[in-house]
Amino acid sequence: MENLLALLHGFSVVLTPQNLVLMTIGILLGVLIGVLPGLGGANGVAILLPLTFSMSPTSAIILLSCIYWGALFGGAITSILFNIPGEPWSVATTFDGYPLAQKGRAAQALTAAFSSSFVGALAATLMLTFLAPLVAGFAVKFGPPEYFAVQLLVFSSFVGMGQGNVAKTIASTTLGLVLAAVGLDSVSGQLRLTFGSTELLRGFDFLVAVIGLFGIGEILLSVEEGLHFKGIHAQIRWRAVIETWTELPKYWRTSLRSLLVGCWMGITPGGATPASFLSYGLAKRFSKHGSRFGSGELEGIIAPETAAHAAGTSALLPMLALGIPGSPTAAVLLGGLLLWGLQPGPLLFVEQKDFVWGLIASIYLGNVAGLLLVLTTVPWWARVLRIPFSIIAPLIIVFCAVGAYAVHNSTTDIALMLIFGVLGYVLKKLRYPLAPLVLALVLGDMAEASFRQSMLLSQGSLSIFFSNPLVGGLVTLALAMLAWPAFSTLKSTLRRQAPTPQLSAP
Amino acid sequence: MDTSARGSLGGEPPQRARVLSARGMELGVAVGLLLLSLVVVADSIRIGRGWGADGPEAGFYPFYVALLLGAAALSILVREWRSRSEQSFVGASELRRVLWVLLPSMAYVGALSFVGIYLASALFLVGFMRMQGKYGWSRALPIGLGVPLALFFLFELAFGLPLPKGPLESWLGY
Repeated sequence: MENLLALLHGFSVVLTPQNLVLMTIGILLGVLIGVLPGLGGANGVAILLPLTFSMSPTSAIILLSCIYWGALFGGAITSILFNIPGEPWSVATTFDGYPLAQKGRAAQALTAAFSSSFVGALAATLMLTFLAPLVAGFAVKFGPPEYFAVQLLVFSSFVGMGQGNVAKTIASTTLGLVLAAVGLDSVSGQLRLTFGSTELLRGFDFLVAVIGLFGIGEILLSVEEGLHFKGIHAQIRWRAVIETWTELPKYWRTSLRSLLVGCWMGITPGGATPASFLSYGLAKRFSKHGSRFGSGELEGIIAPETAAHAAGTSALLPMLALGIPGSPTAAVLLGGLLLWGLQPGPLLFVEQKDFVWGLIASIYLGNVAGLLLVLTTVPWWARVLRIPFSIIAPLIIVFCAVGAYAVHNSTTDIALMLIFGVLGYVLKKLRYPLAPLVLALVLGDMAEASFRQSMLLSQGSLSIFFSNPLVGGLVTLALAMLAWPAFSTLKSTLRRQAPTPQLSAP
Repeated sequence: MDTSARGSLGGEPPQRARVLSARGMELGVAVGLLLLSLVVVADSIRIGRGWGADGPEAGFYPFYVALLLGAAALSILVREWRSRSEQSFVGASELRRVLWVLLPSMAYVGALSFVGIYLASALFLVGFMRMQGKYGWSRALPIGLGVPLALFFLFELAFGLPLPKGPLESWLGY
C-alpha cells in the first residue's frame, strides 16, 4: 500500500508538461538509436549523458531511461523488416520475425514484437515497484562483506550464465577490473599503473569505454559486413494490430515463461541478450509448433521480445536498490546518478523519493507511450534505415566523438574512444563478451573498496565472507555460478564416454 | 553484449583472399592479455601486494586480479595453439572497408585537437560522403555544414557545454 502511494506521488512528479515532453523526446531518440547500427542503448545513453548535466536529476533520468525503452523497442523494427538486429538482444527476434515479414505479415510480426516488449516491461516494472523497496530496505543493513558478495555474484553470473568460452568471459572481466585499477588508489593515495603519465592519472572512464566498445566497434563491424539494407516495406494498420492482439493471449504460456526468464536474468546480471536467446530456445523446446520455429512463428517473436524487455527493465532493480547495475545500460544510468550528485544505493529510496518514484512512474508511462509511438511511426523508422551508410557512419562517429569529449572535456578521451573501438571490434569478432568488461570497469573500484574494507574488518581472514547466512549464501551462490561451466563440461564428457557412441559436434 | 550474435550472422565466406587468420588473431590477443597481466603483476609487486599496517596494500587486489587474467589468457593461448582452425579473421575486401572508415576517423580525431571539433567534423563529413558515397557537393555540403552548426547551437549555446575549438572559432570571436 505504501508503495502504491509512493508510486502515485511518482506519477505526480512525472506528469508535468516538461517531463512529458522529455519522455516523448527520449522515446523517439531511443527508437532512432535502436534502429541505427552502431548506436545502442548503452552508448546512446552515454553520448547524451553530458546534455543532462544542467537538468534536475529527475528530468534527466526520465529522459535517459526513456531513451533506453525506445532503444529496446527500436531493435525489433530492424530485426523484422531488415533482418538486421539493431541491438544484440533483438538477434533472436530475426529468427522468426524476418521470415514472417517476408510472408507479407510484417505488421503482425511488428505488433507481436512491440506488444510482447510492452508486456515484458510492464511485468518487470510491477516487480520493480514492489520488490525494489523491499530489497533496498534490506540492503540498508548491508556491510562491506555483503556488498562484495553481491559484486562477486555479478561477475560470476557472467561466467555461469554466459554462453561463450569461460576463459574469455574471465579474461574480459579481469581486463575490466585491471583497467578500473589504473590511476590514483583512493585508499593509500598511491599511483597504480600510470607509469608516470598524467593522462592515466584519472584512470579509464567507463563512459568513454562504452562509447568506443559499443559505438565505434559496432560501426566497424557493420562496415565490414558491407551493409546493404534490403528492407521490407511495412505499414501497420489498426486492423492487423487488433487481429494480432486477439491472437496473442493464446500464447500466454510462452509469455509467462519468457517473463520469468527475463526478470531472473535481468536481476542477476545475465542481461537482455542471453535472456532473449534462452527464452527463444525454451519456447522452441516447449511449443507445440517447435519444429516450425525459424519459418515465421508468432511465438518465436513473443518469446525473445518479452524476455529481452523484462530483463532490460529488471536490470534497474539492483541498480536502484543496491547501486549495482545489472546491464551495461543500467551501468551508464548509474554513472549518470553520480554525475548528477546522487549517491546510488539503498538510501536512494529514503532520501530521493521524488527521483526513485518519478523514475518508476516514468517506466510505466514511457512504455505505454512507447508502444503507441512505435506502432504509429514504423514506416518512418524504416525510411531512416534506407539512408545510405556513407552518410550514417560518419555522423555516428562524430556523435560518438562529441559524447566522449563531453564526459570530461578531454580530447585524449576521444583518442581513447577510438582505441576502445578497435579493441571492441577485435574482441567481438573473437567472441569475447563485452558486457562483463564494461560492468567490471564500473564495479571495479567499488568491489575493491568493499573487499579491502571487509579484510580490514576481519583482520585479513576470508572467513568474514561466511560470517552470517546472508553473506555466506551470496558467496556460495557466486561460487556455484563459477563452478557451473566446469560442472556441465564434466557432465558432457561423462556422457561422451558412455558406451553408445553419439554424434556430437565438438 | 552477446558475441555469438554477430558471428552467426555473416557466416564466414569461403576462404578467398584471407588476410588474417582467426587463429593468429586469437593468439595475438591472448599474448597481449598475458603481457598486460605480467605488467600489472610487476607494478603491483612494486607498490606492495601484501599486508600493510592499514590493511591490504595498494597492489594487493590488482595482483590477484592480474593473476586471474594471466591464467585465463594462458588457457586461451594453449587452446588456440592446439587448434587447427583454418578460419579467417578478416578477408581483404572486408579489411579494406574497415580501414576506409578507421583511417579517416583516426585523421579526424587527430585533427580535432588542432582545428576544433566543428571544422574537423565538417571536413570529415564532407570528405567521407564525397569519397565513400560519391555524393555531389549539393548533398555533401548541407549535411557537412549543417551538423556541426547544429552541434554548435546545441552544445555551445543551448546547454553551455563548450566543445574543443580552433583558430577558426577564435577568429569568429568564440
